[in-house]
Amino acid sequence: MEDEQSFSDICGGRLSLQRRYYSPTCREFCISCPRLSLRSLTAVTCTVWLAAYGLFTLFENSMILSAAIFITLLGLLGYLHFVKIDQESLLIIDSLGIQMTSSYASGKESTTFFEMGQVKDVVINEAIYMQKVIYYLCILLKDPVEPHRISQVVPVFQSAKPRLDCLIEVYRSCQEVLAHQKATPASA
Amino acid sequence: MVLKAFFPTCCAAADSGLLVGRWVPEQSSAVVLAVVHFPFIPVQVKALLAQVHQASQVGVAVLGTWCHRRQEAEESLDHFLEGLGAIFFHEPWLQLCRERGSKFWSCKATRRQGPGRPGAPCEDQVMLVFYDQRKVLLSQLHPPAALPDRPAGDAAAGAGGLAAVFDTVARSEVLFRSDRFDEGPVRLSHWQSEGVEASILAELAKRASGPVCLLLSSLLSLVSAASTCRLLRLWPLPFLWSKLSTCGQLRHRLEQLALVFSTQKAENPTQLMRKANVLISVLLDVALGLALLSWLHRKDRIGQLAEALVPVADRVAEELQHLLQWLMGAPAGLKMNRALDQVLGRFFLYHLHLWISYIHLMSPFIERILWHVGLSACLGLTVALSILSDIIALLTFHIYCFYVYGARLYCLKICGLSSLWRLFRGKKWNVLRQRVDSCSYDLDQLFIGTLLFTILLFLLPTTALYYLVFTLLRLLVVAVQGLIHVLVDLINSLPLYSLGLRLCRPYRLAAGVKFRVLEHEAGRPLRLLMQINPLPYGRVVHAYRLPSCGCHPTHSWGSLCRKLFFGELIYPWRQRGDKQD
Repeated sequence: MEDEQSFSDICGGRLSLQRRYYSPTCREFCISCPRLSLRSLTAVTCTVWLAAYGLFTLFENSMILSAAIFITLLGLLGYLHFVKIDQESLLIIDSLGIQMTSSYASGKESTTFFEMGQVKDVVINEAIYMQKVIYYLCILLKDPVEPHRISQVVPVFQSAKPRLDCLIEVYRSCQEVLAHQKATPASA
Repeated sequence: MVLKAFFPTCCAAADSGLLVGRWVPEQSSAVVLAVVHFPFIPVQVKALLAQVHQASQVGVAVLGTWCHRRQEAEESLDHFLEGLGAIFFHEPWLQLCRERGSKFWSCKATRRQGPGRPGAPCEDQVMLVFYDQRKVLLSQLHPPAALPDRPAGDAAAGAGGLAAVFDTVARSEVLFRSDRFDEGPVRLSHWQSEGVEASILAELAKRASGPVCLLLSSLLSLVSAASTCRLLRLWPLPFLWSKLSTCGQLRHRLEQLALVFSTQKAENPTQLMRKANVLISVLLDVALGLALLSWLHRKDRIGQLAEALVPVADRVAEELQHLLQWLMGAPAGLKMNRALDQVLGRFFLYHLHLWISYIHLMSPFIERILWHVGLSACLGLTVALSILSDIIALLTFHIYCFYVYGARLYCLKICGLSSLWRLFRGKKWNVLRQRVDSCSYDLDQLFIGTLLFTILLFLLPTTALYYLVFTLLRLLVVAVQGLIHVLVDLINSLPLYSLGLRLCRPYRLAAGVKFRVLEHEAGRPLRLLMQINPLPYGRVVHAYRLPSCGCHPTHSWGSLCRKLFFGELIYPWRQRGDKQD
């Protein structure tokens, strides 16, 4: 069962949240970030090339122009492959674990999976970010030796940064699955 | 808890039969390892499972039945399969069924005795997780860095359900040895059932490695015995060996080769990776060294180098002479104390003159020496770079001497100044109490002390300037040597085999797993595909870094500045194991 809703992130940009409900114990949430805008790309390319042309008129060396083209291309490829995240998704499967995936604009995907035994809870935390107070969803992981201690806090949707209304939707669904998991503990 | 059935993708097209694998009760998961096909005799199946259990210490059992319906309405097969539940008892009993041409499966897991209601059978919900058996067998899980205050054994136990799956598949290798061409009593389906994979080259290499390792390790022990012989322990030689970085590098390489060619088998995969990394690193080193050697000998570059060496040394000496003349005049407009300036300047000039004469004396032999030294590049590029660093150190020995003279003079002056400054204020350093105490001096003591203090203070700028100039030169040489050492360190410690493995066979080095939800239909069990999440390159380098020579700077920036200010000698590139000064 699929569902799509649009929300906004902390800077006011538009995000779209896709919810997939595979079964009562398995849900997936995908947040798609706004794509790379043509305007900003053109602006950056023009600036770099104007600067290169200025240097060329100063030094009369045509290598500067080809170097500028190389730098622009490599910079764009590097940006698309390492920096620009297109979509972030959270897959929660009861009794298996929670998986976070970030897909970059070049198609690269980076995935992290936490087993259910490690997950203590999923909460919404408040934080001071620059001059704002923002909310973010995070997964609390527990220490295998001391189950009452929290060993790590892993923030989710770090580059999409959705607002509280979107986070509440995700939080409610996650808590339903986690409650289901806590209600049926592991059989010995 | 939902029951997780880990099913190998290779068995998804197999004929109907029995599911054989391991049940992990803590995770409520069933790891299916193989499918036993009809016809079979139950006694023989049980015997095979007992054999596998003994060989691999994995609790393999019959977990349930697998039904792959090729035609419509095979009800007789269903009844037959249900009857098998009575022969092979397992709690819970798994029944997987697949229709021909359909992607969706039906799964049932029944328990004879449900919780709280003895005697009444109950069904569990089943989740199917497909996994690639070959990749899971060959991969090695790298859990995130364990905390230092915990023993390593705990980490493995607490790692969770997925580590158990990997462990089960890895240890059940003995089950996968039979393929469909074997004439055994039982017909199995698993990833190697189409034919066991093997490579002739790998088998030959394994057979040959035994005697080759024996031969090479005996040769290496001979070499290391020769290097520790009594002749080489006569006094000036150990001092020289410790100062030359080439000897350190050669010793390091010898140790590494001894590790690689030792006749002991590697106990765990980490040791095997280390051996492989060392071998590839040594081979690359030797290859680069041979390339350098061929480049040097082409067009007689060694001769050109030798011819250029003496004029370069002359040029450096000339520049130093100009520098000293400049210092003896009015450097940067500062006014020096004429007499001290002349003394120091003439002293250093004479030293320089001696050095130049020495270089000119050596010049006929330089080409021969360089040629023989160039041959050592066949031992590896790192050895050649270490020799280069040592040659630079030898050629700039006069700069080192000047630095030591300047530093000692400056240090003496600073010590004298600080002690006389205390006298000037009426205090004294109490050696017993290790602190500054007040002291009443006699008049003549005060008079002489103040006089000496004034003299030292006004001579300070001259000495300080010489010290500054020579320290800067020395730091320049040290920086160049440091760069070469960093390069040598890089070649020594980079784990090339692991990086190559990560590039070509990413499933071998696993950081974890990732799941993908396959097509789902309401009412059918959830199907997931488990894939291996490879280790990022940074973690590969961090985990498999080879130990390097240990030439790290022992000072922090703060202590370095402090030592420079007080005129203490700095030795930035100490070898590991040297006594601290």
